[in-house]
This record gives sequence, structure tokens and C-alpha cells, in this order.
Amino acid sequence: MSTIVLSSLHIVLPLLAAPLLPGIINRTKAILAGRRGQPVLQGYFDLLKLVRKGAVYSRTTTWLFRAGPIVNLVTIAMGLLLVPFGGSKALFGFDGDLILFAYLLGLGRFFVVAAALDTGSSFEGMGASREVTFSMLAEPTLFIGLFALSRLSGSMSLSGILYSTGVTGWSVGAPVLVSGAFFMIYLSENARIPVDDPATHLELTMIHEVMVLDHGGPDFALVSYGAALKLWLLGMLLVGVFSPNLAEAPLWFREGYALLGMFVLSVGVGVVESLMARVRLLKVPQLLIGAGALSVLAVILVLE
Amino acid sequence: MSLEILLAAIAVLLLSGVASLIVRRSPGAATFVAVSGALLACLMGLVAAVIVLSGGGYDYLEWAWSIPGGSFALGVDALSAVFLIILFFVSIPVCLFGVPYLRTYGSRQNLGAAWFFTCLLIASMAMVVLARNAVLFLVSWELMSVSSFFLVTFEKGKPEARSASLIYLVAAHIGAALLLVLFLLLGRDGSLDFDQFSVAGNAGLLFILCLLGFGSKAGFVPMHVWLPEAHPAAPSHISALMSGVMIKMGIYGIFRTITFLGNPQPWWGWLLLGIGVTSGTLGVLFALAQHDVKRLLAYHSVENIGIIAMGLGLGLLGLSYGSLPIAVLGFGGAIFHVVNHALFKGLLFLSAGAMAHTTGTREMDKLGGLLKRMPWTASLFLVGSVAICGLPPLNGFASEFLVYMAGLYGSTGTIGGTAVAGLVGMSSLALIGGLAIACFTKVFGVVFLGEPRSVNAGDVHDASPTMTVSMMILGAACLAVGLLAPFAVKALIPVIAIIAHTPLGIAREAVTRATAPLYTVTSVSLILVGVILAAVLLRSMLLRGRIVRTAGTWDCGYAAPSARMQYTAPSFVLPITGLFNRVLKTRRHRERPDGLFPTAAAIETHTPDIFQERLFRPILAGTERLLGVFRWLQHGNVHIYVLYILITLLVLMFWKMR
Amino acid sequence: MQEAVNAIVALMILANFLLLGTGSLRAAIRIVAIQGLALGLLPLLVHEKGLTLRLAIIAVLVILLKGIIIPRVLMKGLRELNTGRGITYYVGPVASLLIGILVMGSSLWWGYLLPLPDQPGYRLAIPMVFFTIISGLFLIVTRRQALMQIIGYLVLENGIYAFGVFFAQSESMLIEIGILLDVFVGVFIMGVMVFHISREFDSIEAGQLSTLKDWFRERRKSTETESPS
Repeated sequence: MSTIVLSSLHIVLPLLAAPLLPGIINRTKAILAGRRGQPVLQGYFDLLKLVRKGAVYSRTTTWLFRAGPIVNLVTIAMGLLLVPFGGSKALFGFDGDLILFAYLLGLGRFFVVAAALDTGSSFEGMGASREVTFSMLAEPTLFIGLFALSRLSGSMSLSGILYSTGVTGWSVGAPVLVSGAFFMIYLSENARIPVDDPATHLELTMIHEVMVLDHGGPDFALVSYGAALKLWLLGMLLVGVFSPNLAEAPLWFREGYALLGMFVLSVGVGVVESLMARVRLLKVPQLLIGAGALSVLAVILVLE
Repeated sequence: MSLEILLAAIAVLLLSGVASLIVRRSPGAATFVAVSGALLACLMGLVAAVIVLSGGGYDYLEWAWSIPGGSFALGVDALSAVFLIILFFVSIPVCLFGVPYLRTYGSRQNLGAAWFFTCLLIASMAMVVLARNAVLFLVSWELMSVSSFFLVTFEKGKPEARSASLIYLVAAHIGAALLLVLFLLLGRDGSLDFDQFSVAGNAGLLFILCLLGFGSKAGFVPMHVWLPEAHPAAPSHISALMSGVMIKMGIYGIFRTITFLGNPQPWWGWLLLGIGVTSGTLGVLFALAQHDVKRLLAYHSVENIGIIAMGLGLGLLGLSYGSLPIAVLGFGGAIFHVVNHALFKGLLFLSAGAMAHTTGTREMDKLGGLLKRMPWTASLFLVGSVAICGLPPLNGFASEFLVYMAGLYGSTGTIGGTAVAGLVGMSSLALIGGLAIACFTKVFGVVFLGEPRSVNAGDVHDASPTMTVSMMILGAACLAVGLLAPFAVKALIPVIAIIAHTPLGIAREAVTRATAPLYTVTSVSLILVGVILAAVLLRSMLLRGRIVRTAGTWDCGYAAPSARMQYTAPSFVLPITGLFNRVLKTRRHRERPDGLFPTAAAIETHTPDIFQERLFRPILAGTERLLGVFRWLQHGNVHIYVLYILITLLVLMFWKMR
Repeated sequence: MQEAVNAIVALMILANFLLLGTGSLRAAIRIVAIQGLALGLLPLLVHEKGLTLRLAIIAVLVILLKGIIIPRVLMKGLRELNTGRGITYYVGPVASLLIGILVMGSSLWWGYLLPLPDQPGYRLAIPMVFFTIISGLFLIVTRRQALMQIIGYLVLENGIYAFGVFFAQSESMLIEIGILLDVFVGVFIMGVMVFHISREFDSIEAGQLSTLKDWFRERRKSTETESPS
């Protein structure tokens, strides 16, 4: 019984805390740039403001444009049912849940891209085209990495794979490589530097931001909230891979490790964004294929 | 009993086909006779097949006939029943859709013949699945090829229809010739009845023959070249039937042959997995580069056949390396994907047909904005797109999930064994999935979203009610099978047991254990649907009483945007086709803008099939050159030809009767 | 019985000579109809076990098809095509008759070498069969009109059928019906062909078909030059 309560809490927590993450990233960037920066809670203020607004829609759009943000948000929220937090089982952990996880994100992407194309704008078409290209390259990397971890942990469920590789796993080195690969996917899927720059003001160089140019009001609130939630969701995956075996640890340590991991990850993203520039779009595939190479290397280490 | 019902259904099909031919002078009567007969037959057949699959067991009939090589043997088991179910189920919307679709051709073309061949095609496919004798099988197989050939040539006036049908005919007969050899080798003991077949030590050779012969019908790369030619040329509902069901007859043949060949050797599985990976990735890549909706869908059939082959290959590897879970998951995924592909590809071809029928073009870059003008057709195409991308909660996900699981189970295997196979399977499925999403967002986005790119696409209405209903049947089936996947898999257990050479009890236990996660998938899918509905409700409540306005799309301050400035299909996929250009070899014809005030510029891309260009065309050209030596024999004069015969005959007579 | 059979055999040989010698399409059709009728009677007389239902059905079918239906179709075609009634030749009637006599001689020789195993009474039967078959082929080769080629084909087929009657008495009904179907389809297709030839070329000379030679290659060349892409 208590495990179900705990698992449910692990769903409620991200739903409430996710907007913190962009705040932490932005604050880190501001501090590193020598500014004071926006409040950490800025994400919540933005959402509140957007939710209270009316809406303006393009004459070209249809119901699909309105459906895009909703489906995207819901699929990400459903991902929370599958990914464990801090070594306790996810609410719906089962053999093969990692496949469902990846395909739920795929469903969300399908609708975001379709909604972008619904406006008939060539900017949004451009962003959509880049989005499908990069995620297409990220997908095999994700599965190869998870395959390696699955072999290492002997489990076929995210709840068994994450937080379980432990000392023997570290000595093999595969989880480190997979973490590196997943960090790339994390940055690319969340539209962060060096793949995409969320702060850019030029439509031609954007990927994710340009796809939501025409969304406004509550729809844009859904988009922003979805983006924050995706940061959390993929962050949980990454923290879970980059973790010692927590099976024997006490509850407070597991929860603390995961929360601290999320915090450190966000700060890390802020640091990366401060130190690096966005790479040329033509270089992004090379970056993602490099991540794929890391995953393959991990599998080779595991298979021997 | 069920076999008698099935035979009656086939008889009804043939009779109504002939009747439609007789009353061909009145297109309306011909259509009515054929369609009502076909619908009746499909319902009868469906009932019988469901009885068999749900536990009616094996039904066998044997009559003596005076053709050498065994008896007129028919049988229906669970494996046949699955294929019969998809055949009869898909035929119902296909026939309904054909009524309004063909009506506009009524004044120019012979509809009686079209319906006759449609009925014949359905009946011959049923016979293929029921036949238990090689002669009967080959005759039905040939009837199937010929009747579909005549349907491909339906629009005789178009040159591309003629060349497509020629390619199709040649491909079908090369395949059939290989099958003849396969069956003669299998039936060396004298009888060509299936239950008398003996392998006699050369199972490997037989397996290769079976892959080549059946693979050319199924569309394995590189034998797929006829698919992208024939599917676009045929009327759309026939494309749905051909792509949804007929190419699956090749898969049926492989399944059936595997049951004759005994225990598989590992290399069979590796070979099939390799074919699957190649067909899957190349199919979807070529699909990405197409501009014609139906041609694109035809390439996606190649992709899905690849996924089926991957499942089959993993299943064979599981069998040969002694891992029952991988075997049942692989085979289960393959057979389940056969069912699912029939449903969503049927739906996609029908809705693409409705779209092309109304707008008069299949060229994506002339379309756009159809979701507003044809809401039903567009929404149903969306359902098909989501399903074919393998996204939850629709049926495509359920079967791809099983194949993925087979790969994931491989993670526990040895390097030489299932581990590498599982890894290859999973990673290529992931790549195929990502490419499929790119491809279908392209089709859906360019054709149905945005603004119309030509006048034709702007001034249209939705498809007729009959068309809409027939598409809805398939769309509803996609959703139902997706949400009820665990029960569908349960129904497939006897089939999996047949393919895996496993006693039913053991197979049932293995399948039940290995597919248990599907129940959770279903519950997550249901929650997903529920939460989405709730979120839609919440959002509309949020906006109540607020100001909701419409305006133009954000154009970055550009003064005069036009519909032609939208992103087009080739530009949408350019990043991907650029990455894979080494394989695709897309040709570009450019007219660059020049001068200070350029007036005209153009770019045109074209991606021909690399296998047709680089493999088959040289072979055929070489053959033609070689045979050109004998060209002087061909005078074109009938008298001379008969003279050859007469001279040969006389020479033989005088020579033998000295 | 034997006399009757021999009379029919002689009638068939005579019909062949007549066909080789005639100059009128109309007469040719009549002769081939008579040959067909004679052929239809043959199985009834040859089979000494008596008249069975099977034999009766086959005889009726053959008489109907070869003696009545096909000749009527040909006559109708002749009227509708509205071309000349005279036969045109590559090899004229006199030469044809001379060659016919030579072939008949060879056929007698072959018949001597290959006697019927169980029916020594019908000495002319086998020569008649060979003569009919070769006459048929000869007619196809040497007559220009497509209509005469149908007739030649019918004669050829009559020979094969007659061989079947004498030689393979125990063959199954299936094969006999199959042969009939074959003839029917053959004549049907040829009829269609004749019709198309006459429509395309305003003549029913099969020699015109040679203009279709290399049709595929020519067509491809022309399409290639039309669209350079």
C-alpha cells in the first residue's frame, strides 16, 4: 500500500515542481553571467499569466492546432507513470515499459509537429522538419542505451533498469557511456544548447520555439508547462542511469539522491548553456550520431 | 462445417462476379450484383473463420480429381483463419468504397469486368489460404496474380498504368516460377498434397526458394520494385486490398512453408532478420522521398513487410537458439502486425483514394488545407497515420511492441545468439519508427494542413457518405484492436503454436507470460485517452468567456505571404534525405534565380528506385541484348511462324520414321 | 460399322483436298463444317462397346460446335467484314493440291509404319490423321487472310481430335471437353484478332500484322524522344 502511495507522490511531485527547473537553469545562467536574474519561481508566474489570457488563433488552423499542446502535455505526464523516481518502482512499471515510454513521447511529437504544420507558416514548417530529423536520430540511441542497461541489470522494465546498476556496473563503464549519450538526448529533446537555443530571437535558427510561434494564451501555457515537465521526465531518466545501486539504501537517501540529482542536472544545463554556443544546425546530426556511438560502445562493453 | 461455409462464400463470390459480368451493360446493376454478393460472402466467410480461430480446430476436405499430383485437398486451420479474417474483413469496406469510387468511371470503363475481377481476386485469395495441395495452391495463386493484374490495368488509357502492369506481371511470374520449383522439390515423393510433403535433407535450399518466391509477392527488398508501380496505378480500393491483404499472401506462404521445413537453422533467422531490417529501413527511406501519396504508401508497405520479416526472423532465431519467449513474441508480433497492417494500410489507401478522387491529384505539393475541407477523410487519415507510425493507443503500437519485446528478451541471450539479433532488431525498429513519424507528419502536414497550394485543392467537399463509412469501419477497427490488444493476442495463440511447432498448451503458457505487459499497456492507453479528453474539456472551460479571436499566421512581418510559400514535402524531409543521399540518390533539376530582380526559379526533385535503376534495369537490358541475336527470327508474319512449326514437325516426322 | 467409318475417313480426306483446292472463302467454311459434322459422327461409330451417355454428349457437343456454331460465326464474320469473298494465296491452289498429294503419300507411309495397335480394320485412319494435321498447318501458312487461318486451325484440330478418337478410346471425358474448350477459345480469340485487323488495316490479311513487329521497342524509342527527362 505504502509503495502505491509513494509512487503516486512521485507523480504529483513533478507535476507541481517541474516549472522550477527552467527557473533554476535561468538563474544559473544569470549568476554565471554576473547578473542577478529572474526569480526561481518565474516559471509559475508565467504560467499563471498565460492561463488567465484569451486566445488568438490563425485563420489557417484547425482543431489539430488546439490539440497539439494538449496531447503533448498528456503524453509527457503519462511518461511519469513509467519512470521510477529515486529507486522506488514506478506506478506502472512492467516489462517493456521503456518501449511505451519512447512511443508516448513519439505520439506527443507527432501532434506538436502536426500542430506546427497546421499554421501553414514556413518558419514553423522549418522547425517541424528539424524536430523530426533530430528526434529520428535520437531514437535508436535511446534504445541501444536502454538495451545495454537492460542486459546489465537483467531487467526489462525502467523500474528495474534505473538505480540498479551499482558498483559492478560502474566498473564495466557502460552506464557512464550511456549517461553521456542520454545527456545529449536530454539536451536535444529539451531544445537546449548546443542543439537549440531557447533564448534566440531569430526564427530561422530555432527548432522547438519556432514550432510554437502561433500558440498563445492558455495554449502556450500548456506548451511551456509541457516543456518543463519534459525537462523533469528526461532528467529522471538521466539521474536514474547515472546512479549507484540504491536498492539497499534507506528511503530518505533515495529520495534525496533523486531530488539532488535533478537540481544538479539543472545547474549543469545552466553551466553548459553559459559555456557553449549553439552549434550549426548541420553539425547537430553529427552530435547525435556521436551520442549513438557512445551507446553502441556501451553495448559492446556489456556484450563481451 | 466451417469449411463448407467458406466454400459457399467462395461460390457466392464467383457467381456474383459472373453475374456482374453478364449485366455489364448497366453499370449500376453490375455494381449492385457484385457488391451485394461480395458483402454476403465476406460476412459468411468472416463467421466461418472466426469459428475456426475461436476453437473450431482443424477442418479438412479431400476430393479426388483427375489432375496428377494428389487430390483436391482443402483445409482450414488457425493460420488460414487469421488470413481469412483479414481478407474478408478488409474486403467489406473495400467493396463499399468501390461503389462511389468507380461510379465516375461508369461511362468510360467496363465496370462489370472490374467487379468481376474484384470478386475473383477475393475468391482466389481465399482459395490460396485454403488450398492443401500444391497444384490447387499454384492455380489459385496464379488466379490471384492475374485478376489483380487486370485490376491494375483498369485505367488502360494511362501509359503509366500499362507499364506498371507489365512490371507487375513479370514480377508475379518470376515469383510463381520459383514457387513451382519449391513445390516440386517438396513433393518429390510423388504426391503434391501438403500433408505428404517431405523435406529430404535440403531444407536450406527450400527455405531460400520460399523466401524468393513468396518474398517477391510480399515485397522484400530488392524484389519490391513492382509495389511502387502497381499500387498507385490500381484504383484506390484495389490498392487497399492489394497492399492490405494480397501481399500478405506472400507472408502466409512463408509461414506455411516454415511448418513443412521442420526445425529451423539459425541462419534462416539471421537471413530473415537481415531482409527485414533492409526492407524496413529502405522502405521508409524511399517513402520519405516520394511526392505521390499512393507511391509513398506503397513504399510503406515495403517497410511494414520488413517489420513483419523482422518479427519472423527473431521468432526463428528464438526457436533455433531454444528461447521460447523470443520465439512466441517474434512470431506473435509478425502475425499480429500482418493483421494490423491490413487494417491501417487499408484505411490509409482508402482515405488517400478519397482525397485523390475529390481533388483529382495525388501530388502532395499541389494539395494542402484539406482538414478543413474534408474533415472526415482527413481525420481518418490521421488515425491511419498514427497507427502506422506505431504510436499508442492504436493497433500499430501493439504489434510493434511485441517485436520490440522479442528484441528486448534477446538482451539476456549470448553474443553469438539472440543478444546481437535483439539489439539489431530493436535499434532498427527505433530508426524505422523515427523515420515513419517524419514521413507521416510530412504527408499529413502537407496534404491536409496549412493552406491549399492549388485551386483544385481549395474547392472540394468531403467524400461521399459510403466512402466515409467504409473508412470509419477500418478506423474503428484500428482503435478497437489497439485498445483490446491483449485479447487479440490471446486469439492468435493457436496460430503462434502452429508456426512455432509447439504444442498448444506450452505455447499458450509462453504467450500468456510473455505478453502479460500488454494488459498494462492497455490500461495506460485507456488512461491516456481519458486524460486527453479531460484536458480538452478543461481547456474549453478555461477559454469560456474569454476573448478568442482569429488572425493571420505569424509571417515575420512579410508583406504578402502566399500559400505557395509554405513548406513543401521535399523541403520538409530535406535534412533526412540529405543524410541518406548516398542510398536515395535523389536527382535535382534546378533553375537558379539570376539577375538583380529574378523572375523565375524552379527546383524539381525525383527519387527513382535504386534497385530498379541499378539492379533490374541492367539485368533486363543485358537479357534483351543477349536475346537480340534471335531478333531476325521475328518477322511479325504469322504465316512464317506457323511455317516454322510445320517445318519442325515434318523434319521430326521424317527423321523419326525413316 | 467398319464400312461407315471408312467412308467417313475418306470423306475427311476428300474435304482436305477440297479445302486445298477451293478459291472461295464461303465454300471453305462449308467444307470445314461438313468435316466437323463427319468428325462428330466418328466416335459413335468407332466405339464398338455401344452408345454410352458420355459418347453421346461428346458427339452432340462436337457436332454443335464444329458443325454448326463455329461455321455460322465465321459466315457471320465474313458478311460483316464485307471484304472480298475470294481466297488470296502465297501458294496457289494447283500447287497446293500437288503438295497435298505428296503429303498424302507420306502420310500413307507413316500410317504403314505406325499402325493402330488394336484396330487393324481402319487402315486409312492414321494417314488421314497426319494428312489432316499437316493440311491444316499448310493452310495456315499459305493463305493470306486471317479467316483462312482460323479454318486451317480448325482443320488441324480436327486431325488431333480424330487421332484421339481412334487411338485413345479410354481417355477421360475431361480431356475431350478440354480440347473442345481449347478450340472454342482459340476460334474466339482469332475472331477477335480478325476483327481488329480488319478495323485497323481495312483488310483481313494477316500479313499486315508484321507492321506490329517490334512494337514495344519502337514505342519505347518514341517515348524516349518525346520526354528527354
